Amino acid sequence: MYDQVGQNKRRTIVLMVVFVLFVAVVAGAFAFVFKLGPVGIVFALVFAGVSGFVGYWKSDSVALAMSRAKPADRQEYARLYNLVEGLCIASGLPMPRLYIVDDVAPNAFATGRNPKHAAVAVTTGLLEKMNRVELEGVLAHELSHIKNYDILVSTLAVTMVGIVALIADLAIRFLWWGGGRAFGDDRDNGGGPQAILALVGFVLLLFAPIIAQLMQFAVSRNREGLADISGVEMTRYPPGLISALEKLRDDQTVVHSASRATAHLWIESPIARDKEEGKLSRLNRLFDTHPPLEERIAHLREL
Amino acid sequence: MIPVIIAIVVVLLLVVFVVSVFNGLIRLKNRVDNAWAQIDVQLKRRYDLIPNLVETVKGYAAHESQTLEAVTQARNVAVAATGPKEQAQADNMLSGTLKSLFAVSEAYPDLKANQNFLELQEELTATEDKVAYARQFYNDSVQQLNTKIQTFPAVLFAGMAHAEKREYFEADDDSRGPVKVQF
Repeated sequence: MYDQVGQNKRRTIVLMVVFVLFVAVVAGAFAFVFKLGPVGIVFALVFAGVSGFVGYWKSDSVALAMSRAKPADRQEYARLYNLVEGLCIASGLPMPRLYIVDDVAPNAFATGRNPKHAAVAVTTGLLEKMNRVELEGVLAHELSHIKNYDILVSTLAVTMVGIVALIADLAIRFLWWGGGRAFGDDRDNGGGPQAILALVGFVLLLFAPIIAQLMQFAVSRNREGLADISGVEMTRYPPGLISALEKLRDDQTVVHSASRATAHLWIESPIARDKEEGKLSRLNRLFDTHPPLEERIAHLREL
Repeated sequence: MIPVIIAIVVVLLLVVFVVSVFNGLIRLKNRVDNAWAQIDVQLKRRYDLIPNLVETVKGYAAHESQTLEAVTQARNVAVAATGPKEQAQADNMLSGTLKSLFAVSEAYPDLKANQNFLELQEELTATEDKVAYARQFYNDSVQQLNTKIQTFPAVLFAGMAHAEKREYFEADDDSRGPVKVQF
């Protein structure tokens, strides 16, 4: 079990490093294609950094407002409070703020910038459909997201996707308004290979936003598996979360107030998906924020 | 000149290193103490809830006085218990009597519909969970402290920080075995 946690953490680190390198390559390609020099790049990076910082500071209230979450009442939701308090004692975490989303689909998410400023939201459907141990398993999964700083990881990933998108966007605009000059210059230098390199750089810039998005999804899928395992480490009771995930699998309802933007936050992907088969499904998996529930259940059974 | 600067930097780094290891030890030590106190907080909360529960049940199921008596007695024994081992034993007794009280209350529909009773039942179940979790956290913290003070580099400063190896909280043999159900 501890090995799995370590392996998952290492994989996330590798993914983040690849991500940063990718941002650097895209920025380099931009500079090369347009012969801009470093000033433009630095400006773009600072801009993206500032917006990322604001996002980091405000991410919880935005996510909570987007999913129409209301603060949970201590008296009315005594069981929810008690379970979270117990898990906080078990893990040594401070008590997060608790929110309720009025929706029949069972689901939950965690947000905030660090354990001291964290919030957990659950749907009314989750409280209705899960028994005590199952609910505890789900809450332990959410608290693990807080403990493992997944909120920070996903915010960083989103920020880097933003940077890449910004650079690609700039590239397309530059090309539209006066990019011909960039390619013309290359020809003046008489460099055949130079022109090819510029072309490669340009193609990279075109596809960069999609690639960055796919990397963000890969990070998200990875963190879900990690939160499952460290959640079980908190409750010391795998059957609770297993049976909760089975209930989520068998449930067909979809959270209404969730969107693609907040999809990576929830315990189960809130986006409806048809059962697809064959090659198409493999391709589609790249765009998923969560590993299939079947796979997560199988992983937990191995413990 | 340069060798002097290097020497100063090395010394500074060493000081920072020692301070961080020492502080880490103190932090862990305090966490273990706090975790132990947290168990007592949860146990006390449990003792406080029981008289309320007994009163509520009395109103609906007066003839179960024997069961009620057993709960009250087990609670008083647990409150008076000293030492971890005796306390664990008394708490197991108390858990047993509470279980039979909740089993008996199944026969009283009015009691089961009572809002106050339901709330107390939820609170007691939750508090028992919290006691278990507090013990789990205590043991996890003890494991971290023990590992730390036996491994390099903290082993060098354990004496200085007065960090000693701690005992785990262990369930006694009775509560570890399978539960026997009697009809």
